Amino acid sequence: MQDLLYFFQQLINGLTIGSTYALIAIGYTMVYGIIGMINFAHGEIYMIGAYTALIAITGLATLGITWLPIVLLVALICAVIVSSSMGWAVERVAYRPVRGRHRLIPLISAIGMSIFLQNYVHLAQGSRNIGFPALIEGGFQLGSEDTFPLSISYIQITIFITTLICMTALSTFIARSRTGRACRAVSQDLGMASLLGIDTNRIISATFVIGAALAAVAGLLLGMYYGSVDPLFGFIAGLKAFTAAVLGGIGSIPGAMLGGLILGVAESMTSGYLSGEYKDVVSFGLLILILLFKPTGLLGKPEVEKI
Amino acid sequence: MLEVKNLSMRFGGLLAVDQVSVDVKEREIVSIIGPNGAGKTTVFNCLSGFYKPSGGQILFEGKEIQGKPDYKISRMGMVRTFQHVRLFGNMTVVENLLVAQHRHVNTNLIAGLLKTPDYRRREKQSLERARYWLDRVGLLEVANREAGNLAYGQQRRLEIARCMVTEPKLLMLDEPAAGLNPAETKELDYLIVSLKEDYNVSVLLIEHDMSLVMGISDRINVISQGRPLASGTPEEVRQNDDVIKAYLGEA
Amino acid sequence: MAANNIKHALFCAVITLVISYPILGLNLVADGAVVYLEGATTFTVVSVFLAAVVVFLFQLFRDDIMARLGFISRLNPLSGRDPMPQQKRAKLESWVLTGIIVLALFWPFFVSRGSVDLATLVLIYIMLALGLNVVVGLAGLLDLGYVAFYAVGAYTFALLSQYAGFSFWMALPIGACLAALFGLVLGFPVLRLRGDYLAIVTLGFGEIIRILLNNWTNLTGGPNGIGGIPEPTLFGMEFGRRIKEEGNTSFHETLGIAYASEHKVIFLYLIALVLAVITGLIIRRFMRMPVGRAWEALREDEIAARSLGLSRTAVKLSAFTIGAFFAGFAGTVFASKQGFISPESFVFLESAIVLAIVVLGGMGSQIGVILAAIAVTILPELAREFSDYRMLVFGAAMVLMMVWRPQGLLPMRRIHIELGKQG
Repeated sequence: MQDLLYFFQQLINGLTIGSTYALIAIGYTMVYGIIGMINFAHGEIYMIGAYTALIAITGLATLGITWLPIVLLVALICAVIVSSSMGWAVERVAYRPVRGRHRLIPLISAIGMSIFLQNYVHLAQGSRNIGFPALIEGGFQLGSEDTFPLSISYIQITIFITTLICMTALSTFIARSRTGRACRAVSQDLGMASLLGIDTNRIISATFVIGAALAAVAGLLLGMYYGSVDPLFGFIAGLKAFTAAVLGGIGSIPGAMLGGLILGVAESMTSGYLSGEYKDVVSFGLLILILLFKPTGLLGKPEVEKI
Repeated sequence: MLEVKNLSMRFGGLLAVDQVSVDVKEREIVSIIGPNGAGKTTVFNCLSGFYKPSGGQILFEGKEIQGKPDYKISRMGMVRTFQHVRLFGNMTVVENLLVAQHRHVNTNLIAGLLKTPDYRRREKQSLERARYWLDRVGLLEVANREAGNLAYGQQRRLEIARCMVTEPKLLMLDEPAAGLNPAETKELDYLIVSLKEDYNVSVLLIEHDMSLVMGISDRINVISQGRPLASGTPEEVRQNDDVIKAYLGEA
Repeated sequence: MAANNIKHALFCAVITLVISYPILGLNLVADGAVVYLEGATTFTVVSVFLAAVVVFLFQLFRDDIMARLGFISRLNPLSGRDPMPQQKRAKLESWVLTGIIVLALFWPFFVSRGSVDLATLVLIYIMLALGLNVVVGLAGLLDLGYVAFYAVGAYTFALLSQYAGFSFWMALPIGACLAALFGLVLGFPVLRLRGDYLAIVTLGFGEIIRILLNNWTNLTGGPNGIGGIPEPTLFGMEFGRRIKEEGNTSFHETLGIAYASEHKVIFLYLIALVLAVITGLIIRRFMRMPVGRAWEALREDEIAARSLGLSRTAVKLSAFTIGAFFAGFAGTVFASKQGFISPESFVFLESAIVLAIVVLGGMGSQIGVILAAIAVTILPELAREFSDYRMLVFGAAMVLMMVWRPQGLLPMRRIHIELGKQG
């Protein structure tokens, strides 16, 4: 019984982390689906979202506003606005001018952007990690204290529900809205879409903005969950999210969700049963294995090499 | 020399090539013709190992080669050109031919660093072979130019020369006359025949230009929508009703 | 049109404010557990607004400005000149290189100990960058985990000296070969991946190796690292004041000169110089050998190269292994120079710096890469007060280079093999 509860505890922790990976992974997968590049700086966009949320929360506290719904809403809006603007600007400055060149060129540009943004925040806000207030505290426990209690915190529930809402909204948007349809058209065939009169530049910008907005949501949630942020906060999370995107099949939105959850669970099981030190090894190992044996991921479509 | 039996290639739900059989004997020029999208290039991609065929058997000199990696097939003596010329554009013409001869040169790294006599001798030989073939296809004048700057007709000929320096037994040409003017096509015609006559190379040809195909082919295979339609001598094929309907009707 | 322009320019200016003001203008200050906000200095705030104004004006007159910029580049007197003939250029290049090497041989005897130490570091980076240049510049494989091979070289020497008492000279070839072996084993399964996937996988490998070094405490000492790594000896002569190993003699006693701590530093510098020159020469030779042609062919058109019988895996693997070999070389020298190593020296940032050197210098170009290595290592030292901005500038430079000059500052000019007249 106790073993089973311990297992469920790890499962819940894994699903919580995993659903935030999924939120970040959307940005990778949508961008890759449309212009076929890895947006290496996406993790930094997420980190900036977390910082902005923290700045907003601290600012409100200084003003004496502490009513939770208002604080969360304002922090969320600020984070989304700043991250989306950043996503838009990054695409304009670093990616659009190199679009269509040899594959490595946009990738190196993206790595440069990632280093730049990391140090931009580092210089402005210092390199030390800063405490992030746990706005949503408490939780409930299942099982009694003398065996192993299964605890689920409210923040975990919040993370899970918010992710679900975002994912549903995104799927509806992609499936129903005009822009969503255009997105799908562009990802099928960029050249053809532009011949048909779709403003592909606008759609690509929109993709970056949507991805960045979701990353900002993840930034706020994970900031509260982990309780601190630092400028390197985005790098590893970005890699994990990328792994999740590849795992699920890059270019596929349900794939990103599935990949995120699997990766989160795999990591928390490693921490729970082996050692927390090796959880990164497991996720990178998983990434390598997937790329080697099933590069299209779980839900991705196979690619035929054109000759 | 080459026997293809019931070759099939499936992409997802699409059967791009369905039960196609071709065979090429020593010193023979065999053509594959068919309307656009008939699956000719897919057949080539299967034969040269770029695709793994979904079914059928490919025998080259009696050995099964289906599913073998591309570079091994090429090393056995089956070398191809491409519908859209694929040269190493930043390399010079002569360097394009040197790359192709890597099997003839000494690739031992230590030998190269020390410039052993064997290494020098083989480098010299491969330069001479390159010179011979450049002369043969009329490109000696432009040997030191970047391949990307050549005229289209010259690029086509360079691609064929690049195959020939590997000393192939079977040369596979994918629409070699595409984009050439009538005079250049004529030259190409002579070149292909001479490859067979003078160098004992068999040729498998995909072509749209009917005059070229009819003039030089020993036998012709017609495929349409991935399926074999007819095969035989140029004369037989010319008079085949199905062919006239499928091919000329479309034109 | 004009109204549209103003709208766009205004939008860009607002975005500039949004992405810079919250991060730059409002600073989080942690005071114990309490976090509060502090307004930035007036200077920062004014700069942020100024930046927005600049963006606004630039976007408003964008077409005009771009036209002017095009005019400036036409003013460059060198732009219209024909490139030098190949023979002449090759000769000039080798003269310049020989000159630099001779200068580098005598230079350390006239400068301070600190400068020589820094120069040794520059040489280590040159070795790393030349090695990575084979992988990225020549073979076109983006390796983001290059630092892993550097770590293998460094740790091989450290462990061999700690557990088996190996000297620098014995460890040097072992370290390089072991790094090459790692390259071979890691590269074999992953090299068939497409370019950008390969980049991520190598990044993953690099991180895995670092995490293992960090956690395999019994062997590697974990985060505490390994110390006491010996310096190189010269024919059994040690450079310390006292002899550490039995059977060795000391340099200053044998030569009958006074002990000076500079001797050791200069000796290490000279070793690094010789190794860097060897690295450069070997790679230069490779570039003109069949293997170099194969790298280039595969980079230019993989399909065509395969159709001619080049094995994709074998060719890529050769580049990967050779790159790893020289990283191992550099790692051994690094371990010897520092005397102490820990996983902290082998983080992703280190890979990114080496990559930045290769990109800035010009992928494939040896001279470019050497100059970039010197600039990237020395500039932050010269301007210490700006050293915080080093990585910021690197990142920005990488982006700008890709946008404006992806071939690098001194792009590779191929040395063609020419077909002479009949003979």
